[in-house]
Amino acid sequence: MSNSILVYLETEGDALRKPALEGLGAARAMATALGGVVVGVTIGASEGGVAAAAAAGADEILALGVGETVLPMRRAAALAMATQKCAAAYVLVPATASGRDMLALAAGALGAGVAADATKIDVSGSDVKVTRPVYAGKALQVVVAKRSPFFIGLRPNSFAPAAAKTANVTRDALPAAPANEPVLREVKAPEVRRVDLTEAAVIVAGGRGLKGPENFHLVEGLAAAIGGAVGASRAVVDAGWRPHSEQVGQTGKTVSPKLYIACGISGAIQHLAGMSSSKCIVAINKDRDAPIFKAADYGIVGDCIEVLPALTAAIHAAKG
Amino acid sequence: MHIAVLMKRVPETTARVRPAAGGRSVEVQGGETIISTYDEIALERAIQLREAGVATKLTVVCLGAAEATKEVRKALAMGADEGLLLVDAEPFRDPASAAEVLAGAVKDLGAQLVICGWKALDDDSAVVGGCVAARLGWAYASFATKLDVAGGTATVHREMEGATEVLAVALPAVITVQKGLAEPRFASLKGIMAAKKKPLVEKPAPAASNASALDAYLPPPDRPPGRIVGEGVAAVAELVRVLKEEVHAL
Ligand SMILES: Cc1cc2nc3c(=O)[nH]c(=O)nc-3n(C[C@H](O)[C@H](O)[C@H](O)COP(=O)(O)OP(=O)(O)OC[C@H]3O[C@@H](n4cnc5c(N)ncnc54)[C@H](O)[C@@H]3O)c2cc1C
Ligand SMILES: Nc1ncnc2c1ncn2[C@@H]1O[C@H](COP(=O)(O)O)[C@@H](O)[C@H]1O
Repeated sequence: MSNSILVYLETEGDALRKPALEGLGAARAMATALGGVVVGVTIGASEGGVAAAAAAGADEILALGVGETVLPMRRAAALAMATQKCAAAYVLVPATASGRDMLALAAGALGAGVAADATKIDVSGSDVKVTRPVYAGKALQVVVAKRSPFFIGLRPNSFAPAAAKTANVTRDALPAAPANEPVLREVKAPEVRRVDLTEAAVIVAGGRGLKGPENFHLVEGLAAAIGGAVGASRAVVDAGWRPHSEQVGQTGKTVSPKLYIACGISGAIQHLAGMSSSKCIVAINKDRDAPIFKAADYGIVGDCIEVLPALTAAIHAAKG
Repeated sequence: MHIAVLMKRVPETTARVRPAAGGRSVEVQGGETIISTYDEIALERAIQLREAGVATKLTVVCLGAAEATKEVRKALAMGADEGLLLVDAEPFRDPASAAEVLAGAVKDLGAQLVICGWKALDDDSAVVGGCVAARLGWAYASFATKLDVAGGTATVHREMEGATEVLAVALPAVITVQKGLAEPRFASLKGIMAAKKKPLVEKPAPAASNASALDAYLPPPDRPPGRIVGEGVAAVAELVRVLKEEVHAL
């Protein structure tokens, strides 16, 4: 069994995205324990993106289809091709919006093993153990990889990035575009492009305690001041105050940012399911007995309509 | 056109779940079992397409415990034509082998469209739909919030971080669905009666070896008890200090 570990490196313009850096960190830790090389693969990255990848911590870079626009099914086929090309034993794919589908399609195409949404990877002897939250975080499942290649999806914000290192770059062509690739007919763009919540390092989320959609600018204001994304409880999504894409919880997104600020959210079990693995949780709620305070590291008992503007102003002041 | 809906039986979201003693399984307390929420949304849309005559047949496919006849029967009562329950003897079933079994079942059924949830509410993998599509070599689109089918093409809307993409997906295809696509109906009394006469095929799941082995179930990490820093606007200064000095978030 070859011990090369392949990491999918998603780029944005001429830079690597943060989850890609975390993927390299996870791969480096595995390679150190197992022996073997870390190969980063870029698919349709720009020249600048490839250069950024070559400096980010891999031993080798495989740059496929530099500068090309690559649609999702073809992207997955390219990852499967790269897996075979370097006979990778393990393939790490950060669980970003596009990464999740690639993981499934590439693993399925190769009949490979797959474990999604890893928060931890341990190597003991030659065993690779993947820890992943299940039942929306009510338990952790640890599985041991038994098939090669084995694909592992990585939850953003769970792995430390790798130390910088210069890698050799090998360029190659993409596999043929699948004939049945879905055709993008239209994109109805939002006014402002939102950050993918599952990747955000800071999230400010609002619930029914905001009283109405007209008060959500208070949540947006705090998010902007602290450099975070906006999340919401299901109650306010169902009420039509906020879009589905912002819902956090068991039937929304599972997030694990460094900081999660819950404003006017009661902390129902289905909401906690989606955010309880956040590193630090702050709650602002006027009810001292609200369940969110049991999950929170820090809390303010108070009216978020009053507290939020004061907090936003204080953070602006603290940041100078 | 024949639609197959993949549906998994899972505990209700309010159930208490924790690792059983020894960590080889989980203990579920309280709450019923249900059709996994997104699968039920997929099922509802499939029933609508069947009722509109776009689909000529609708089969639900479930890989799970023998007790899942309850959920399959419910799907029949809601409006599916046939149920296939592949009774799983594996205490632990990994997503790669689940996809292998399900893709095989879909092929045998001769379906042209698979609709399923984007993730199952128990194992939270969000990969089985994509693995099934790739194994079959079919077109794939995920997170559908709108799905129409006409003339061998599915039109899918997917919401990606606020933007909505409209995709034309050639059949055969696997489409995974997101909340917002449809509101699952309640089974009517008439539906429940009719379901009793509908075919529900129950047979052992074909052999497919797991690509991973279960090592253990563990409880989630404990969180140290939190602290209320104060009340109202007066507490803001202390919270900002904490965010700066203890959390290093500013
Ligand atoms: C199958 C299922 C799936 C679900 N999935 C999800 C999910 O994915 N995500 C999710 O969030 N929920 C989910 N829910 C819903 C969940 O059970 C709760 O109903 C929901 O999270 C409540 O949202 P909320 O906290 O905004 O509202 P509420 O429960 O109404 O709480 C509002 C809170 O705001 C506080 N408050 C009121 N006014 C103020 C004020 N002026 N200042 C400060 N605080 C104030 C109140 O004290 C209260 O604690 C699901 C439910 C089910 C049954
Ligand atoms: N055992 C199963 N039986 C039927 N469908 C399943 C099974 N496992 C997964 N699926 C389908 O695949 C989807 C994604 O599951 P998962 O990848 O496990 O999160 C689910 O919503 C179901 O539609």
